[in-house]
Amino acid sequence: MCLAVPMKIVEVNGDEGFVGSSGLKRKANFSLIKDPKIGEYVLLHAGFAIERVKEKEALKTLKILRDI
Amino acid sequence: MHELIDSLFMRELGNPVLREKRDSAILNIGGKKIAFTTDSYVVNPIFFPGGDIGSLAVHGTVNDLSVCGAKPLFISLGLIIEEGLEKSVLEKITRSIRNAAGRAGVKVVTGDTKVVEKGSCDKIFINTSGIGEIYYPGLSAGKIKPGDSIILSGTIGEHAISVLSKREGISFSSKIKSDSAPLNGLIAKALKASDRVKFMRDPTRGGVATTLNEMAAERKFGIAIDEKRLPVTAGVKAGCELLGFDPLYLACEGRCLIIAAKEDEKKIISAIRRDPLGKNARIIGHTTKDNRGKVYMNTISGGKRIVGMLTGEELPRIC
Amino acid sequence: MKYVDEFRNRRLIDKVAGEIRRAADPKRTYNIMEVCGTHTMSIFRFGLRSLLPENIRLISGPGCPVCVTPNEYIDKAIAIANMKNVIVATFGDMLKVPGSYSSLEKEKAKTADIRIVYSSLDALDLAKKHPNKEVVFLGIGFETTAPTVAQSVIIAGKSAVENYSVLCGHKTMPEVMEALVKDGPSAGSGPVLSKAAHGMSAASKDGSIKVDAFLLPGHVSAIIGLKPYGFLSKIYKKRCVVSGFEPLDIMQAILMIIRQARPEVEIQYKRIIEKNGNPLAKKSIKNVFEKCPSVWRGIGCVKNSGLKIRKSYGAFDAELRFKPRIKKTRDNTRCFCGYILKGLKTPYDCPSFARGCTPENPIGACMVSSEGTCAAYYKYGKDTLKPR
Repeated sequence: MCLAVPMKIVEVNGDEGFVGSSGLKRKANFSLIKDPKIGEYVLLHAGFAIERVKEKEALKTLKILRDI
Repeated sequence: MHELIDSLFMRELGNPVLREKRDSAILNIGGKKIAFTTDSYVVNPIFFPGGDIGSLAVHGTVNDLSVCGAKPLFISLGLIIEEGLEKSVLEKITRSIRNAAGRAGVKVVTGDTKVVEKGSCDKIFINTSGIGEIYYPGLSAGKIKPGDSIILSGTIGEHAISVLSKREGISFSSKIKSDSAPLNGLIAKALKASDRVKFMRDPTRGGVATTLNEMAAERKFGIAIDEKRLPVTAGVKAGCELLGFDPLYLACEGRCLIIAAKEDEKKIISAIRRDPLGKNARIIGHTTKDNRGKVYMNTISGGKRIVGMLTGEELPRIC
Repeated sequence: MKYVDEFRNRRLIDKVAGEIRRAADPKRTYNIMEVCGTHTMSIFRFGLRSLLPENIRLISGPGCPVCVTPNEYIDKAIAIANMKNVIVATFGDMLKVPGSYSSLEKEKAKTADIRIVYSSLDALDLAKKHPNKEVVFLGIGFETTAPTVAQSVIIAGKSAVENYSVLCGHKTMPEVMEALVKDGPSAGSGPVLSKAAHGMSAASKDGSIKVDAFLLPGHVSAIIGLKPYGFLSKIYKKRCVVSGFEPLDIMQAILMIIRQARPEVEIQYKRIIEKNGNPLAKKSIKNVFEKCPSVWRGIGCVKNSGLKIRKSYGAFDAELRFKPRIKKTRDNTRCFCGYILKGLKTPYDCPSFARGCTPENPIGACMVSSEGTCAAYYKYGKDTLKPR
């Protein structure tokens, strides 16, 4: 638990909008995160964005692993 | 389903031809080898991106004949229609059947229509049976040996994802179209290129994983495939991540698996890739001496895991 | 970057695997428990066990919310589904789970109107679309899912949708983890299995497996943050790392566990986890739900480990609305799920595993859930893993 997928915000209408990935688009609810912005990546679970994905941290993690 | 077939139908109806459990029965009629097959189509929704129940019904039967080395010639069309189905819907499906049959080069030569009470069937069910003339005799899973190549004619999972994207309750929009298509042209090219093709099957319900397991079950070889060689589009991958599916278990309706002697794998792949439906054909693995009867996969992360049969249905999940 | 393929990079995974071998002390065993079904599946799907040395053992705990849902809940859901003019909407995961007498799938094949949805909001849409029917959503899942269901209730209230309600079966993780760590084999309130099942056990009476470390659930932690796990390292001296779900995440988390000088709670999943979790999600849970005791299949009753709908949102509580009456709950005594959910035994130890209990004919929830330990062992490992 629990299946959640990183997807890009492609449309925002208040608390609702759409996320997409590789040509796939899905309705999403943003009421659990603050200030959703188009272009950001969020974690989608059961139709809700539950957290944003932090690109800087992701890059840091990958760098740490490459430097092992 | 497998259990039902074995415990009931084989027991009551079994005969040597039926027991072979091929996609088409191979019959000897007046000295000629004829392939004969039947399939029923109950897909929901009946219209989906890239096709509908009508075109699906033609393609499925054409493919079951083609994978047995037969040139599909004639099909029958049995329709069970729910009372109240709109005439325009029926017209659309009929035109689709006409177009699909034309594209595949087969003729609908006989048919039947029944109308049932509202609620007795879900809009429309279709059965098609088909006959074809064998031109590449001797295809048999019994001919497969360790070291043979496993070729997949194209990307997997598009049919399943396109159908799901339209189901109420889990809808999402995608550009993914069903891969439903007639394979007789592509298969003819492959069979022309090599006389060492041993066996073919189209991975419909249960996907590539189930089909490979069916091939290997109780045989003297195992199967090893490479995850990094599996042709999967980014869109299908995204759909799978979203719903928790494994593309190996998703139904395709316009793809086939070809098992052939390793020496001919390059010839066959080049021939298939010349067909518009075969542009993404790949050699996905080989049969092995060990792990008899089982299918293993070398994962993209460098691990190894067993690939079992599909048990039940792939259901969208959140866990 | 799309955050998926980059964390499945073969070269990096091999690198980390090599580093794990170097860092692990060959003179000891590391028993690492993961408490998230998604971790169980990931480990199997990517074949990660084959990359680890023999002295690192990955144990599955009670991390599958479907598996731990007790028969009573399923029985109630079925009772509601069989009422007139009711549509039951559920996540696909629940469809085949056996209750005392039947399953939602079996009932769906008869006359019950049961529909699979991807989101509680899809269920709410069904309610808006069918105003003359009652739509009941089966609220199952841990703290990752609970806020999404809470929001559906809040939105239903704001949009004055009166025919939507939730049968709440949500559970929370930290309390059951404490019960496991504190009480070990006897965690939970009641007897796990009947005497008959005990008699069938091939393991020793004690049979406990010592857990040294936890792979903490990445998405539950995204909601609740780190604080709720503090007791695991402070009091029980367990090494803990909050891990993501891609193979590289899990491998890095295992490396971090091996390298911990003293037990603490660390974050591997830094691209997602905030130390304090998600305040909006936590608020949403608190708004709509309150803690209550909860029965975990195979474990029994664990204090404060469940959520129930507050009185203020009582109008959306399906339990209150329908008061489902059920026959006496029955537990299947041939099922070892209880032992397996506590990490005390593996599916191989269960006499029913693959011999009467299969994904097509499941006896227990561990087999039927797509993330159940038994389902994972059956699908991925029944021939490759050796019985421990």
